[in-house]
Amino acid sequence: MSSNIEEAKKIIAEVLEVYPEKARKKREKHLGVFEDGKADCGVKSNIKTIPGVMTIRGCAYAGSKGVVWGPIKDMIHISHGPVGCGQYSWAARRNYYIGTTGVDSFGTMQFTSDFQEKDIVFGGDKKLEKIMDEIEELFPLNKGITVQSECPIGLIGDDIEAVSKKKSKEFGGKTIVPVRCEGFRGVSQSLGHHIANDTIRDWVFDKQTEKKTDGTPYDVAIIGDYNIGGDAWSSRILLEEMGLRVVAQWSGDGTIEELANTPSVKLNILHCYRSMNYISRHMEEKYGIPWVEYNFFGPSKIAESLRKIAGFFDETIKENAEKVIAKYEALTRATLEKFRPRLLGKTVMLFVGGLRPRHVIGAYEDLGMNVIGTGYEFGHNDDYQRTTHYVKDGTIIYDDVTGYEFEKFVEALKPDLVASGIKEKYVFQKMGYPFRQMHSWDYSGPYHGYDGFAIFARDMDMAINNPVWQMAKSPF
Amino acid sequence: MRQIAFYGKGGIGKSTTSQNTLAALSEMGKKILIVGCDPKADSTRLILHAKAQNTVLSLAAEAGTVEDLEIEDVMKTGFNDIRCVESGGPEPGVGCAGRGVITSINFLEENGAYDGVDYVSYDVLGDVVCGGFAMPIRENKAQEIYIVTSGEMMAMYAANNIAKGILKYANSGGVRLGGLVCNERQTDREYDLIEALAKRLNTQLIHFVPRNNVVQHAELRRMTVLEFAPDSDQANEYRQLARKVDANAGKGTIPTPITMDELEDLLMEFGVMKTIDESLVGKKAAEAVA
Repeated sequence: MSSNIEEAKKIIAEVLEVYPEKARKKREKHLGVFEDGKADCGVKSNIKTIPGVMTIRGCAYAGSKGVVWGPIKDMIHISHGPVGCGQYSWAARRNYYIGTTGVDSFGTMQFTSDFQEKDIVFGGDKKLEKIMDEIEELFPLNKGITVQSECPIGLIGDDIEAVSKKKSKEFGGKTIVPVRCEGFRGVSQSLGHHIANDTIRDWVFDKQTEKKTDGTPYDVAIIGDYNIGGDAWSSRILLEEMGLRVVAQWSGDGTIEELANTPSVKLNILHCYRSMNYISRHMEEKYGIPWVEYNFFGPSKIAESLRKIAGFFDETIKENAEKVIAKYEALTRATLEKFRPRLLGKTVMLFVGGLRPRHVIGAYEDLGMNVIGTGYEFGHNDDYQRTTHYVKDGTIIYDDVTGYEFEKFVEALKPDLVASGIKEKYVFQKMGYPFRQMHSWDYSGPYHGYDGFAIFARDMDMAINNPVWQMAKSPF
Repeated sequence: MRQIAFYGKGGIGKSTTSQNTLAALSEMGKKILIVGCDPKADSTRLILHAKAQNTVLSLAAEAGTVEDLEIEDVMKTGFNDIRCVESGGPEPGVGCAGRGVITSINFLEENGAYDGVDYVSYDVLGDVVCGGFAMPIRENKAQEIYIVTSGEMMAMYAANNIAKGILKYANSGGVRLGGLVCNERQTDREYDLIEALAKRLNTQLIHFVPRNNVVQHAELRRMTVLEFAPDSDQANEYRQLARKVDANAGKGTIPTPITMDELEDLLMEFGVMKTIDESLVGKKAAEAVA
């Protein structure tokens, strides 16, 4: 056993010490150290957060409304229930889209049924019908509606399925999707992704009457890219330059028609495995469409992924993939020449959701940086298995990290950069650590693709080498 | 001011028993407020001679919120100046009637509905199905609960369940079980059985109300027996019950609910249920014979 593994284990033991015995027993299963050659990261995951700790997790509603369905731009997503869930999830993710907001696109708008006491007591189905009528009248160019259930809907047993069916019939067969993503369901936002995936299967695919027939042998769908700061766009151009036809984006800058047409593609290319593996597996089973995971963070992984995707197609595409890689070599070289010397040897600690706790590691390594700790908000065992290909021996792994643990780990490991979310940002900046938000790209981006990597490199340099850190004196 | 509540299995005669008892209490000069906590809103029908039209929740729904209501809008006065309020609630199968009970009771308390009365009586639907219907049992609400039951097994089962609900809140708040009221169904050894059940639940059989057709006659006229036939034997039964309730202040107990097995044993003990050979459980009559 190498000394850094022992050192890391000691740090974990020290952090666990403050917990009462019961909490310690539960939390110690979620904290581990990766050892080379192991098949997983040695942590348990996807388990209920213990009471009393500060968790970074969200709820099922967040997973459905915020992640999967919300970015579908030409549909109107009703936050069904009391106003708070809708208010606080209003345009919270930077899912960029093209369109005229309020006319044919509704991404940054917020629709809620604003439940009052009487709606709880008497049920909200009539109100929901009225909202749908108003939506049809006020926004006639909408292409569909989803009902994103907040907690009370499940408690009082409203029949949102019946309302959706009735209104769909009235509106000439318009897609109306009831989503049972009540926040109390499951242990994190992860179940919300699954529920949302299932509703696409049941209320979009299974309602299709005709199959799209004008496909090409090169049709692909980008699955699990939410176009944060334009990520899907900087990914899409690479696929198109390779000669593939991207017919759907799930769900960043996506439309209901794109979702509906996806069963006609030749390959589903899956970025965020966690939130959209369910529908990818379904399309494989039902329509025989293969799917492939890829990683568009950093030139090494991009090149690897482009070749992997090209492997599903003919020689032309394979040759094109090499051409694309060559085309961006100059940009990559310039980026690395400028930033790598400034970032070489710097250390990073990550804590994010979805795919990023592993996917961004390659991009940091391209810049000569080392990731010394990482963890998932709501990952499952299969995420941690996939993480083993990315992390180095001795990396600390923390699942569903608590506010306390994260602070202590950072204090102990003293990374040059902490990369996590808005709730963590100011805590660590006040502790004197450079920080980047890895949910919203800190209002920057895109970070995907070659273009995104140049921005990523600049942003990390900007955070770490900001002269302000020399002026601040850390009390720690 | 005393606050009491009547609970019991659906259809057991809670509303009839409570309205007759409260009518008798009003004869004793007590000022009474009845709070109906059943979405069907029929807890005050015999006092008002009509089903209450304006329930708290239906008016609140019309007005927008409960804060828009005045107490006068919902309070009606009936027989012997008994004040009546119905909480109301959604039609069966939608919404959350339990939340409705909570909303209504909060509204009544905050708007002074209880000022100047000697008794507030809550009439609560069926079993304690959720937190909302336990509202009158909670802290600073009813001091004593009267459970209306009969010698039928399911009525006793419900009574035991309600006792569980009372026990849950008895330790944190001041709620106590006032007693069982047996509404006679003429089942075998009914008096003895309910008296034994009362003992097991650490309470008393406060009154055994005999079956009498005059109740039905009064009911059809939307009247209490006290008003319809004040000189009848049945009216005197309710008067007795009223006196016992009045004298029962502060004498409630913390119930000791029993298990389903214990309840079955009790029924066997009184010969209502034959001792069952465990090997026959789950077998149809035809199979059992063979």
